[in-house]
Amino acid sequence: MTAKIALANVRKRFGAKVVLDGVDLSIAPAESMVIIGGSGTGKSVMIKSILGLIRPESGSITVDGREVTGLRGRALADHQARFGMLFQGGALFDSLPIWRNISFALSGPARERRAAAIDNLARVGLGADVADLRPSELSGGMQKRVALARAIAAKPEILFFDEPTTGLDPIMADVINDLIRTLVTDLGITALTITHDMASARKIADQVAMLYQGKIIWHGPRAEIDTAGNPYVDQFVNGRAEGPIKMQLHSL
Amino acid sequence: MTGLFTTFAHALIALGTVVIGLFGSIGRLTRFAGTALSRLVRPPYYPAQLFEQMLVIGYFSLPVVGLTALFTGSALAQQIYIGGARFNAAATVPAVTVIGIVRELGPVLGGLMVAGRVASAMAAELGTMRVTEQIDALTTLRTDPFRYLVAPRIVAAVLVMPVLVLVSNALGVMGGWLLATQRLGFNSAQYLNTTANYLKLDDVMSSMVKAAVFGFFIALMGCYHGYHSSGGAAGVGRATTNAVVSAFILILLSNLIITVIVFGS
Repeated sequence: MTAKIALANVRKRFGAKVVLDGVDLSIAPAESMVIIGGSGTGKSVMIKSILGLIRPESGSITVDGREVTGLRGRALADHQARFGMLFQGGALFDSLPIWRNISFALSGPARERRAAAIDNLARVGLGADVADLRPSELSGGMQKRVALARAIAAKPEILFFDEPTTGLDPIMADVINDLIRTLVTDLGITALTITHDMASARKIADQVAMLYQGKIIWHGPRAEIDTAGNPYVDQFVNGRAEGPIKMQLHSL
Repeated sequence: MTGLFTTFAHALIALGTVVIGLFGSIGRLTRFAGTALSRLVRPPYYPAQLFEQMLVIGYFSLPVVGLTALFTGSALAQQIYIGGARFNAAATVPAVTVIGIVRELGPVLGGLMVAGRVASAMAAELGTMRVTEQIDALTTLRTDPFRYLVAPRIVAAVLVMPVLVLVSNALGVMGGWLLATQRLGFNSAQYLNTTANYLKLDDVMSSMVKAAVFGFFIALMGCYHGYHSSGGAAGVGRATTNAVVSAFILILLSNLIITVIVFGS
């Protein structure tokens, strides 16, 4: 079976700093892949490379077997239209009301787009009463839900979640996790999540991969993360300060 | 000897870094402007965005630009009167005021005021959108940020600046007329007659060309610095400052170039 998304030996550096150092990863259709790893390990750069927002120096990224690095213009826009993305901070347009945010990528008369926005609000457990509010009038958790509604509104084939639970209280984080899991299962979407929240990873993932120093150092099914036998994964999963991963507490 | 050589080498390295940095910036800016202009002509267009920007740049700048022109016109008339009186040439007030306002002060001061108001606001808005990932979000929502954010701002600024400067010129002349007739004892009809005689179509045209060029630079600098801002709130602050300072410099430099080309020969 062809992988939905496949990365082979993807490299990217910013100046002297190597961020992706030969990433290999394969995601099957309708699978939920969670990438775990600490801050600054290149998780966001990896997602942005797949989206075509960042151009890697070398390596191959394919979606449905088709090479996507180096796409430009119309082809790049068509490629990007296949994805929905939930950004870490929500990235809602604060100048627009909620319903216009959600229906941003949709076309057609305003009445239909508004109705579609309200349908998608219902999907994430919000009522039509928030449709005319501005993003700044909502709490962090509600903003995240609206951002989720916006990400799924255009019915994408692939969804990316960038730290979906960051900044939320544990209960709201679990609500978001449940929502993501349900949406992925119900809509049959291929999902790629990056997170350092293990509770979130355990809930959302079919497969887990760990990114460390620009490389995928381990990947396997969710059930195996506690018995991975990899000291790096073990330290990260259990959140220990002691272990092979040394935190850089001061700049070099 | 080695010490001297090292110092010389260090100076060369420093100079080289500055020169490379300068050329790099010019290259990035040219590419940004080229991308914006090429996207500007191809659909999809966003008329609602364009209209909103015309309102923000043109209509809401009217009070500040108008007041600037009014005060400057008055002050200019007063100074020409004082200076001219020394050579028995106090009667030149209307002629020199209208030429000074329409050719130089109207467009330049108008441009600088709009740059202060608008380039900073654009840089802050786009900069915040950049650091909160709203610009990345646009691309994942089937929208090209250049067409949606940059093109409407540039087109709006180029279209409304000439109109704004026309109003500003009229108010500048009015400021001179007010002061001359109320304080300096000029006859109102005579003052306006002389003004009309000395006001040439070429002057008005050059004023509008300058305004359009300034509008382009104001929007370009606001968008460029905002679009490329990074590093959170401090980065947005830097982008705002850079947008205003670079817009000021480009306005003054392009004004000099246009003045030399149009009036120098």
